[in-house]
Amino acid sequence: MTSHPDQEAAQREFREYCRAWLTEHRPPPAPVRLPQHPIETMTRAQLDYLQAWQRRCYDAGLVGADYPKEYGGRGNKGFQRIANEEMNRARTPFLINMVGLGMAAPTIFHHAQEELKRELLPPLLSGEQIWCQGFSEPGSGSDLASVQASLRPDPASPGDYLLNGHKVWTSLAHFAQWMILLVRTSSDHKHKGLSYFVVPVENHPGVTVRPLIKLTGETGFNEVLFEDTPVKDAWRLGALGEGWNVAMTTLLHERGAGPLVTPQGGVGSEGLAHNVQGLVSLARTLRRNGKPATEDPHVRARIAALAIRERGIVENGKRARAAALQDHPMRLPLQVKLAGGERVLGLPKS
Amino acid sequence: MSNAPYGFNDDCALFRESARKFLASHAGLDVLRRAAAQDPDPARMPTAYPSEEGWQQAQELGWIAAAIPEAAGGLQLPRGALVALAEQLGKHAFPSAAESTLGVAFLARRAAEGTAQAALFEQLLAGARATLAVCNADGDWQHTPSVVGASSPGGGLTLTGSAHFVQDAGRAELFVVRVAGPAGSLLAVVPRGSAGLSVQRDGIVDLTREQGTLHFEAVLVPTDAVLPGGDALLAESLPDTWLLLAADMVGASEWLLQTTVEYAKVRTQFDRAIGGYQAVKHPLVNAMMAIDRAKSLVYAAAHALDEGAPDALLLAHMAKAQAAEAAAFTSNRAVQLHGGIGFTWESDVHFFFKRNKHSELLFGDAGYHQAKVADLVIGA
Ligand SMILES: Cc1cc2nc3c(=O)[nH]c(=O)nc-3n(C[C@H](O)[C@H](O)[C@H](O)COP(=O)(O)OP(=O)(O)OC[C@H]3O[C@@H](n4cnc5c(N)ncnc54)[C@H](O)[C@@H]3O)c2cc1C
Repeated sequence: MTSHPDQEAAQREFREYCRAWLTEHRPPPAPVRLPQHPIETMTRAQLDYLQAWQRRCYDAGLVGADYPKEYGGRGNKGFQRIANEEMNRARTPFLINMVGLGMAAPTIFHHAQEELKRELLPPLLSGEQIWCQGFSEPGSGSDLASVQASLRPDPASPGDYLLNGHKVWTSLAHFAQWMILLVRTSSDHKHKGLSYFVVPVENHPGVTVRPLIKLTGETGFNEVLFEDTPVKDAWRLGALGEGWNVAMTTLLHERGAGPLVTPQGGVGSEGLAHNVQGLVSLARTLRRNGKPATEDPHVRARIAALAIRERGIVENGKRARAAALQDHPMRLPLQVKLAGGERVLGLPKS
Repeated sequence: MSNAPYGFNDDCALFRESARKFLASHAGLDVLRRAAAQDPDPARMPTAYPSEEGWQQAQELGWIAAAIPEAAGGLQLPRGALVALAEQLGKHAFPSAAESTLGVAFLARRAAEGTAQAALFEQLLAGARATLAVCNADGDWQHTPSVVGASSPGGGLTLTGSAHFVQDAGRAELFVVRVAGPAGSLLAVVPRGSAGLSVQRDGIVDLTREQGTLHFEAVLVPTDAVLPGGDALLAESLPDTWLLLAADMVGASEWLLQTTVEYAKVRTQFDRAIGGYQAVKHPLVNAMMAIDRAKSLVYAAAHALDEGAPDALLLAHMAKAQAAEAAAFTSNRAVQLHGGIGFTWESDVHFFFKRNKHSELLFGDAGYHQAKVADLVIGA
């Protein structure tokens, strides 16, 4: 990436600012046990704490840095990545509005009408309004385009609609005010029959959010039922029947490949080296078969494998900036989500 | 140079492009097959491939000069250019002594100035193929016990014993031999054809490589053919050899990945392309991720060595370990996903599978390098 010297100086200055601010405002230990990841957030007390933290970061200019001012951002392209790196470095709590920042915001930015952007983006960036994603359905998992939740004209409000359907695996819906929604508006064509809307889900008629219990015993995702739920045409992103293309914008960003960088707490690659060091420190304090765990060959091999893997991911990020060293322009960016997912699930064999 | 990540500048890209073009026109798989078929032993590649003319052309493209300092008459490109070359060699499964010779060129660069160094540079620039002969029969990659002994009756050294797992033994003109001398270990440069030196070719799985055992029976070496530095010099320069092998595995694995993806798109079962099934897609994605991490580590390590960065050794171990894992995983899946045809000589997959297997083990397998990473990250 070739950047202007002025821009580089401004970025350096911003990094120093972030570092100083984070040192001064590092939050005290949380009064509640914090979840490991945004989608593990289960209790209102956890939410309150994390929402307050996102608000402070937003007020300080560490969230939404790359978004234009009229949408509640700071209008400084190329700054958000720096803020993310510094937040990871300082090991601060994650930003709770994960679906909002990562998926909804860039989709709204690229596809919503001007008025809607001005209304929705500022409270999204500040974390005041939490977002969720209504893509998956019981019958359409891997095959996303087979979505069945549907709209029909609202007899009471011409031009608007009523929504019926069943969404599932909806992370954070139990706290969300808004949902990004992929819905069927025509049964004639699989892909061209889809449309994309944003809908309110909290205290909105005909919406039922039911938590699903995960194998960990926690909730964090839900099923969402819609029964004649009113949906305004003004909440539409893109033309009717163009929902698949809009959804592709969302998915591109969900996989970390979009140009509007958003902080997702622990999901970024920037803090990886800290994890390995943390594990080494932990292994030093533990004993295994009567000896320090650091002397156990199995522990050593696993830590080394993790160190190699995580450094590889960090170096992927650097190599992604060298066009000459890539085999396909999207190949490295698209791996960000996979790598992140594997970290949540544990170390894979290869 | 911060605007060229890993120091991979335009010169590097040009150098790689010229190598790629050369290989595309000289090293098609049909050429490889024909060459392999020439040896009466179907499991061996003739040492005469590539031809003398082909090697000269490669020299003209600066393959070896790129590793030699400008002051000695070389081109001295960043290491990124050389790992990029090795990546192309792997992608084309090209049988040549280029990687061994580059390993020796890097060793010469680190040696102290003197007659031995100057002579080595001169011969390498003149097109001599060279290789390391530093291993004992156990394949101990620590290179501790040496089995080539020396006595020094007058002035020079007299070598006796054997060196094993010598790459390109059948085609190298110069051997850098690890010798247990009267006063510690030494590295002696011994020309092929020296009186008392015989080369015995090994049977190996990799059809595109060549390996042998050297037997020394009172081989005389003059004092000025000894590189000062001994084991310390060897240890310092081994990371370059690991990186060339790692880059080769990245290239070979990439070929396997792309070829298997293409196959998965055309091979149909139950009226569907097999690539439509996630059971097929997922391992291919995993291979891609493993290869990409290996590639990033290779370039990061190459640059770190150029810069003399403190974590250069760590990165080099990581690169070899990760490349070996990626190569093993990709090679196995490529054979399996090709189904029955993957098991046949007819499919080209086996050339790359075997080349990767050879590279995986050479100069330390994944486990060896992983253990070194653990020593550096946790402490020995
Ligand atoms: C923790 C978590 C949070 C999530 N959060 C959200 C969210 O906020 N919003 C949202 O919209 N979605 C969310 N999802 C849904 C997720 O993104 C996937 O879409 C969903 O899990 C996949 O669909 P499914 O479970 O119906 O599986 P299925 O599509 O039924 O697949 C089941 C299995 O069959 C395999 N399979 C499927 N088709 C084939 C085929 N043709 N050939 C071979 N194998 C096949 C799959 O690989 C899989 O192993 C979440 C999921 C999880 C686990």
